[in-house]
Amino acid sequence: MANKILVFIEQRNGQIKKSSLEAIKAASEIAKKQSLLLEAVAIGNEIDNLEVSGGFGTAKVTHLKNSELENYSPSAYANLVYEFIKENDFDVILFSNTSIGKDLAPRVAAKLDCGVVTDCIFFDLLPDGLVVTRPIYGGKTLLDLKIASPRKVITLRPNVFNAGTPDENKADVVITNVTEPNLSTKTIDLKKSEGKIDVAEADIIVSGGRGIKGPEHFKLVEELADTLGAACGASRAVVDAGWRSHSEQVGQTGKTVSPTLYIALGISGAIQHLAGMRSSKYIVAINKDKDAPIFQVADYGIVGDLFEVVPTLISEIKKIKA
Amino acid sequence: MKIAVCVNHVPDTAAKINISSDGKSIDNTGVTYVVNPYDEFAIEEALKTKEKFGGDTIAISLGNESNKETLRKALAMGIDNAVLLKTEEYYDSLSVAKALAAEIKAQNSGLVFFGKQSVDFDNSIVGQLTAELLNYNCVSVVVEFELKENKIIADREIEGGKEVVETLLPAVITTQKGLNDPRYASLKGIMAAKKKVIEEKTLAKPNNFTEVIGMKKPAPKQPGKIIGTDSSAVPELVRLLREEAKVI
Ligand SMILES: Cc1cc2nc3c(=O)[nH]c(=O)nc-3n(C[C@H](O)[C@H](O)[C@H](O)COP(=O)(O)OP(=O)(O)OC[C@H]3O[C@@H](n4cnc5c(N)ncnc54)[C@H](O)[C@@H]3O)c2cc1C
Ligand SMILES: Nc1ncnc2c1ncn2[C@@H]1O[C@H](COP(=O)(O)O)[C@@H](O)[C@H]1O
Repeated sequence: MANKILVFIEQRNGQIKKSSLEAIKAASEIAKKQSLLLEAVAIGNEIDNLEVSGGFGTAKVTHLKNSELENYSPSAYANLVYEFIKENDFDVILFSNTSIGKDLAPRVAAKLDCGVVTDCIFFDLLPDGLVVTRPIYGGKTLLDLKIASPRKVITLRPNVFNAGTPDENKADVVITNVTEPNLSTKTIDLKKSEGKIDVAEADIIVSGGRGIKGPEHFKLVEELADTLGAACGASRAVVDAGWRSHSEQVGQTGKTVSPTLYIALGISGAIQHLAGMRSSKYIVAINKDKDAPIFQVADYGIVGDLFEVVPTLISEIKKIKA
Repeated sequence: MKIAVCVNHVPDTAAKINISSDGKSIDNTGVTYVVNPYDEFAIEEALKTKEKFGGDTIAISLGNESNKETLRKALAMGIDNAVLLKTEEYYDSLSVAKALAAEIKAQNSGLVFFGKQSVDFDNSIVGQLTAELLNYNCVSVVVEFELKENKIIADREIEGGKEVVETLLPAVITTQKGLNDPRYASLKGIMAAKKKVIEEKTLAKPNNFTEVIGMKKPAPKQPGKIIGTDSSAVPELVRLLREEAKVI
């Protein structure tokens, strides 16, 4: 029976990811219920505000520190997390289902020779194993699994577990300096993409499809996104047409997103597009075809011409934000 | 150089997915299977690498008899050889990786391409697991790949950008859309692939650490509200977003 849970806290540029706090909060609820020990570990150089994780439910965070670890190194991070788990004997290890989490979790699991499941939207620790639920077939079906190995590694889908607001508690931050990390695979440069906010991380996404009619009209999508502080997304049709970059594509062969609000402008809602966004909390669709499948998943829809509706929407939102 | 590519055989992304009566698997009636879309990028990159540096390419797939269709497609695109690791059992990701790692070792391949993700279970981990089991370096979700001598420089897609990653062979690369444009199989390729022998190796029962409890359909979304047909509906939309959804 498991008795120690570890959450991997992810940082980029020294800033903790929100999804890591969601994982801590979710883990702490199970830890509390079953009187288990919960700790967190972070890897990096300077990391801001690690102690705030205490407010989400962990009493202790170990910061494995080295200036060469500021950027992600698959080899170094995997070795360090593995060694930390072995030394401190954790049974359940949680990551976020992010580009680092998806890369790191399986490596750690292979080293531990234990079960690993990614992209969980539910988990619970039972006496005979860790039970999880995850979407499969692009969200068309849900799969319930049990991990029965003594150790268990999972990744949690961002934006699904609610981190809530932190309480007053501060975590005890223990800094351990790392000497000679294994940099056999390392990041030598970072290239930022042109968009301001990435769809994979955004709380609100405004996406445009072929109904936008041409790359020059995407400024309408961008303006609505800016007004809402949202990220810009796109359907595959417009990415394939070269109007937008693939990094903005939402869907089965693009990114899977679950923002609080997803606004689809001129997107028909093909099954492969829905696969990437149907788990969004609220979906708004503006499309002139009342039979477009997007309306089957939309909470709110306007059956109309987006070129007529969106400018009004922008000015109405500006009014309330002013 | 021996270049391997691991390919999965999956339902077409447009397929309607029904759960079969055992509640633990999908009903295959009327479902067409295809080469996992991401694995086409892996096949293409293996072919390009061979064209540049020479060597021999091999496609490996774990699954049942029908996975041969995907292996045939890889051969038709130009892959030299194919191996089917044959089983009717459910293999979880780590079990798949263990079987693939053993085969890659047997083939003595030092550069292995995977897709970043199978579009059936959407796990996106088999490449990384296999790399770790082989003690190979690994770069996942690659959109740009360059090999010089035994040094690799690869761009890996991350949130809001790319990481430029440097490592050495032997290595596993998992491929993402954008890396290349997979070629179409030529008629000559298709004919040649028909004549090639796909080697078969029957696998023993896996020792899975995970167990399928069941499948279910996501709760259907409440049919949404159509608020209107033009901009006069906008104030009501904004009100709903503020007061009902509380998102703006
Ligand atoms: C293997 C595979 C993977 C795929 N992966 C993805 C993926 O990851 N993401 C993805 O998005 N697609 C994916 N697709 C493609 C998908 O099937 C659709 O072709 C695509 O999503 C359609 O994009 P769209 O909605 O922008 O275009 P369309 O289907 O052409 O829809 C345009 C919509 O705009 C509306 N419209 C037109 N003018 C206006 C106007 N003035 N005002 C309001 N509405 C208007 C129309 O009514 C229509 O509904 C994939 C397909 C395959 C086969
Ligand atoms: N059964 C399989 N046979 C061969 N390769 C596989 C198999 N399953 C997964 N893979 C490879 O691993 C990649 C990632 O798959 P997954 O982790 O299942 O999402 C796929 O794109 C394939 O390249």
